[in-house]
Amino acid sequence: MKIILKNITKTFPSRSRRVHTPVTAVDHFSFEIPDGQLIGLLGPSGCGKSTTLNMICGLETPTEGQIFFGDQDVTSLPPENRGVGMVFQNYALYPHLTVLQNILFPLQNLKGKNKLSKQEMLNRAQEAARLVQIQELMDRKPGELSGGQQQRVAIARALVKMPHVLLLDEPLSNLDARLRLQTREEIRKIQKATKITTVFVTHDQEEAMSISDCIVVMKDGLVQQTGKPQQVYDDPCNLFVARFLGTPQINVFKGFSKDGGIYLNDQKILSAKNLPDQELYIGIRPEGFILREDGPLSCQLSGIEVMGRDISVVSTHPACENQAIRSIISAENKVDLSSSVVHFALKPGKVFLFDRATDARIPADLA
Amino acid sequence: MKKRNYKGWLYLLPAILFLGVFMVYPLIDVFIYSFEEGYNSASQTYYGTGLYNYSYVLHDTYFLQAVKNTFILVIITVPLSTLLSLLISMAVSSIKALKNLFQTVYFLPYVTNTLAVGLVFMILFKKTAYTDGLINLMLAWFGKGPVDFIDGPYWAKMFVLCFYTIWVVMPFKVLILTGALASVDKNYYNAARVDGTSRFRTFIRITLPMISPTVFYLVITGFIGAFKAYSDAVALFGTDLNAAGMNTIVGYVYDMLYGNGGGYPSYASAAAIILFVIVLTITCINLLVSSSKKRI
Repeated sequence: MKIILKNITKTFPSRSRRVHTPVTAVDHFSFEIPDGQLIGLLGPSGCGKSTTLNMICGLETPTEGQIFFGDQDVTSLPPENRGVGMVFQNYALYPHLTVLQNILFPLQNLKGKNKLSKQEMLNRAQEAARLVQIQELMDRKPGELSGGQQQRVAIARALVKMPHVLLLDEPLSNLDARLRLQTREEIRKIQKATKITTVFVTHDQEEAMSISDCIVVMKDGLVQQTGKPQQVYDDPCNLFVARFLGTPQINVFKGFSKDGGIYLNDQKILSAKNLPDQELYIGIRPEGFILREDGPLSCQLSGIEVMGRDISVVSTHPACENQAIRSIISAENKVDLSSSVVHFALKPGKVFLFDRATDARIPADLA
Repeated sequence: MKKRNYKGWLYLLPAILFLGVFMVYPLIDVFIYSFEEGYNSASQTYYGTGLYNYSYVLHDTYFLQAVKNTFILVIITVPLSTLLSLLISMAVSSIKALKNLFQTVYFLPYVTNTLAVGLVFMILFKKTAYTDGLINLMLAWFGKGPVDFIDGPYWAKMFVLCFYTIWVVMPFKVLILTGALASVDKNYYNAARVDGTSRFRTFIRITLPMISPTVFYLVITGFIGAFKAYSDAVALFGTDLNAAGMNTIVGYVYDMLYGNGGGYPSYASAAAIILFVIVLTITCINLLVSSSKKRI
């Protein structure tokens, strides 16, 4: 099912007694989610991503704008008539019911012509349980399950109604690091198998990048950028997006352009064609550094962190906005730790220029 | 290990002393009195030991009347007050505007002076030289004759007593239940909404199981409280409850000790022990029911 969000806005009345201006959680959000895709809504906490999800679900009604599922306008439909399945952040499994009873619960609500016989319900529940591999846990209570198992039960409960749209609110935030990796692949697999249009919310960029067909980066209720994960990473539209995606974080420097050159303090690090002279933020991805003796960028070396395949070189530079510059280089390189200065050349494709005043990306032909 | 044990007992000593002197010792004493025939607390003498006290009490029509009254009171007021409190707390929880006002209103009886409450009930029910009472005034609109609620027929007096009891115990229950309802995670309701659960089913299958520990607590304490009812009856019908036919078990115990021509600590003790056995039985049944519910 294709989902179309048209200009949706959600404002909440202010709770404060002194300030009466309403709080805008989501600000004129327009987006089209193609059928059968996995979409990641990504942003820092309080950016409006959960509100957006709740509006798609029907738990919140948009103040403005429309939501379409396929050709149907569902803006004012209650959640049960939208055909959505939702997995809540804390799973919201009913603690007094067994896993089986939890999964059956949505089916027992069906009325009229959709009503199922007991056997049909059981079959559907078994099928959903098989999909998430919890068949042997059916008689347990949620309290007797691990976080990962609870997560699966919650997904099974959401899928058992055969929804057109599956919504996941921070599905992995309650799991430990290892389980998180495993579960996110699981979610991807289930989504691929069922081909259900899936929207999930996360504040973890790695999570979103790794499994989404498409990501939507949000900040303060505004959509910053949408696109395929790699595309957004390689071509961020502003400083926020560049900073938000990627670990370690992008290294941001204060610099300027003059006479077709990009400068940090007095070091010319790259040349640029057709770029007017101006003040800039210069973002360099950690993997954009090349260790080279005659490289134009020289930094104070603080240390190295060996990570097996790669080495992370930690250094400082007076123009750098980050506390430390992190550059990832292949472990085959040898770093001379006795020297206090390290020299880098740069990969032009990993360097982004941003306007100092607006943070917007400045397209430039770097070399 | 041994040494630490001493320390633990030392810390417990003040509480144990107080409980021992003021709770455990009197309990044992009452138990002993109940088997001593004609015990006299002034001379500390008795004629003999045996089950005569129990036999006397169980054959005393006043006691049987008191047991009947108490049971009727318990069976009517405990379920009714719990149910009403649940409805009120649900209503209060589901509204947004004026929520605090209603919470306060429903809690007011809890802090209201007993005398003021008695006065209000007198205005409502008492027949005086000038008026038949407010309730009778309203009954008259429907063409129903005046009923003497205080000195009249048994059912009318029982109605007033139950009404009064429910009204007095409800504020506490509403308070506790409103708190229990507020502590249920909103996400459960959201999940139920997404699944299209009807409000009734949400209440039966989600809300009620979630707050069931609180409900059971209220039922158990409600039973115990209602079995120990006494002051409410006195407030409504005066101290001579036997004459009014509205005595309760605790009232009977009190009358045997200090009442008109009292001074029968042996009978009082036997009656108290019988009450204790009744309350113990009912509480055990309650606990059994609640623990079997939990296993489902």
